[in-house]
Amino acid sequence: MSAPTTPGTQTSTAPAPRPPEVQRVRGSRRHEIERRSLRILRWVVIIGLLIVTLLPFYYMVLLSLRPIEALLRNPSSLIIPPAEFTLSSYQQVLASTAAGGQGFGRFIANSALVAVSAVIISLIVAVPGAYAIARLPFFGHRQVNALFLAAYLFPAIVMAIPLFVLFTRVGLRGSLVGLILVYIAQTVPVAIYMLRNYLDTVPVAVEEAGLVDGLTRIGVLRRISLPLVMPSIMATGLFIFMIAWNEFLFALLFLVERRESWTVSLGLSQLSGSAEIPTTVLMAGSVVLTLPILILFFSTERLLTGGLTAGAEKG
Amino acid sequence: MSALPLRPPRRRTLSQRDARTGIALMSPTLIIVLAVVVVPLLWSVLIAFQQLKLLEIGTANPFRSLTLANFERVFASGRLWVSLGTTLVYTAGSVLLSIGIGLLAAMAVRRPFRGRNFVRAAFLLPYVAPVVAVTFVWRTMLNPQFGIVNEVGQSTFGWADPIPFLSEAQRTVEFLGAQFPIPTALLTAIAFEGWRYFPFAFLFLMARLEALSAESEEAALVDGASPLQTFRYIILPQLMPVIALLAVLRTIWTFNEFDDIFLLTGGAAGTGVASVRVYEFLTVQRNVGAAAAQSLVLAVVLVLMLAVYLFLMRRRGERL
Repeated sequence: MSAPTTPGTQTSTAPAPRPPEVQRVRGSRRHEIERRSLRILRWVVIIGLLIVTLLPFYYMVLLSLRPIEALLRNPSSLIIPPAEFTLSSYQQVLASTAAGGQGFGRFIANSALVAVSAVIISLIVAVPGAYAIARLPFFGHRQVNALFLAAYLFPAIVMAIPLFVLFTRVGLRGSLVGLILVYIAQTVPVAIYMLRNYLDTVPVAVEEAGLVDGLTRIGVLRRISLPLVMPSIMATGLFIFMIAWNEFLFALLFLVERRESWTVSLGLSQLSGSAEIPTTVLMAGSVVLTLPILILFFSTERLLTGGLTAGAEKG
Repeated sequence: MSALPLRPPRRRTLSQRDARTGIALMSPTLIIVLAVVVVPLLWSVLIAFQQLKLLEIGTANPFRSLTLANFERVFASGRLWVSLGTTLVYTAGSVLLSIGIGLLAAMAVRRPFRGRNFVRAAFLLPYVAPVVAVTFVWRTMLNPQFGIVNEVGQSTFGWADPIPFLSEAQRTVEFLGAQFPIPTALLTAIAFEGWRYFPFAFLFLMARLEALSAESEEAALVDGASPLQTFRYIILPQLMPVIALLAVLRTIWTFNEFDDIFLLTGGAAGTGVASVRVYEFLTVQRNVGAAAAQSLVLAVVLVLMLAVYLFLMRRRGERL
């Protein structure tokens, strides 16, 4: 195939031989049909997917703001008449059990404690680790890297049984500390993978300049590389927060018997099975569970998605 | 998107001091991963060959005698094969659906338009939202009594009865005069997976599409290729490596998925995938040994899939 000349360079050379006229007409008509239907199809796809992705979230918010009686009377309504609007579901779900609520206030505190601790400790451990993998040629470099990748890909259900037994034996099951430990182990490999991609973007020459000026490796990491990738470290931290906040299986296995230690995810899943609690109240619980994550995610979206898909551009 | 400059994996001056610092910086991570991932995994293998009940786990000697009884139990009764079959259908359906929708979505938002950022963000919602919250909303929407789907289905589409999407194992559908049995709950679960994970495929495919050079497409246009031909012969081949990677990653994760199925159906109505069976061995039968044996079977399948993944990565020239 001869390379097409770009419009700017096409000056004195003779025009390339064109295909026969008949074919061009047939081709262009087919193109026109395809182009038009694709233009329509594209908007059908976009609008269809928008409805499918947004409707459940809209429905969640909608139900949390309507009284249960109104929902049962008119289940298919997609708007809230002003007279029906109420925040009582939120009051009920957040109030402590002593005050007749569902105690989600407590669950939020637990979730926040677990997630924030996991973020801080994971980052303290993973930043140096990622730097070592990105920059330092130590013995067993490849093996360690493969181990982390495998740990990242290994699913929770396979890890659940041995960790359940292990943590029961050391007496950490049923405590938030045990859960934090598991979350650290679950998030460190992802954090290393993301941070490595970010640290790779720091030019080696900048670091070498620091070394020449008499800094140690640790000094280079602290004074040069870390400040340069600080926004990315924040993004990684937020990603860890999301994983820990959303996690369900280990919270279920470790904490199910102790209501005062439940996380929001566990609380919602446990209470959604009971018939006494109105769906609208639990929907308020869902909103409470979902909102922090959405705010965090969309405030850092660009950085996060960039770090996760960094390998994909290379194809 | 941050583009990474490729640098040689090893520095020319392989300084020993750097190597020592590297090991020092690396070791906390390594210790944690060894202590909370590798050692428990090995222990799990040991437990799979021991008789261990839930009540005994605090006191039992970790090195008690070995037995094959757990595997006999797991492989007996044919339920393993049923659950592996269900898992396979569930995985294949979910992976195909999520990558298919992801590809459609990525192609649809490829060219700039007003509101593109909003659409992109909206498409990511199902993936980032907490699984407990979204499964609960789905369960409510599909509820036969007051769920909006059945309500609209009955009032607008003239369904005779509400469809119990999540609690019915099978229903017969008449189509063109022939009757087809379809697994209702399993299909609903697959639809959920497609909905929840298409953003993952969407993200990766979009990143790849943005990095494609315009030249080959322009050349195809000049040569008289139609839009569909351009997609089929120019764009799709360039996306194939990412699609293959996505397929492997999603297969690994979906095959072992527990949360989604457990929260949607509890593993009832023909959706008893293998991972739910692990949980049942542990909490219902209170047989830790059998649960470990079942999860070991899953782990073996997983290791095979990981091998494929690593092979693909290596072929792409990815640095490990």
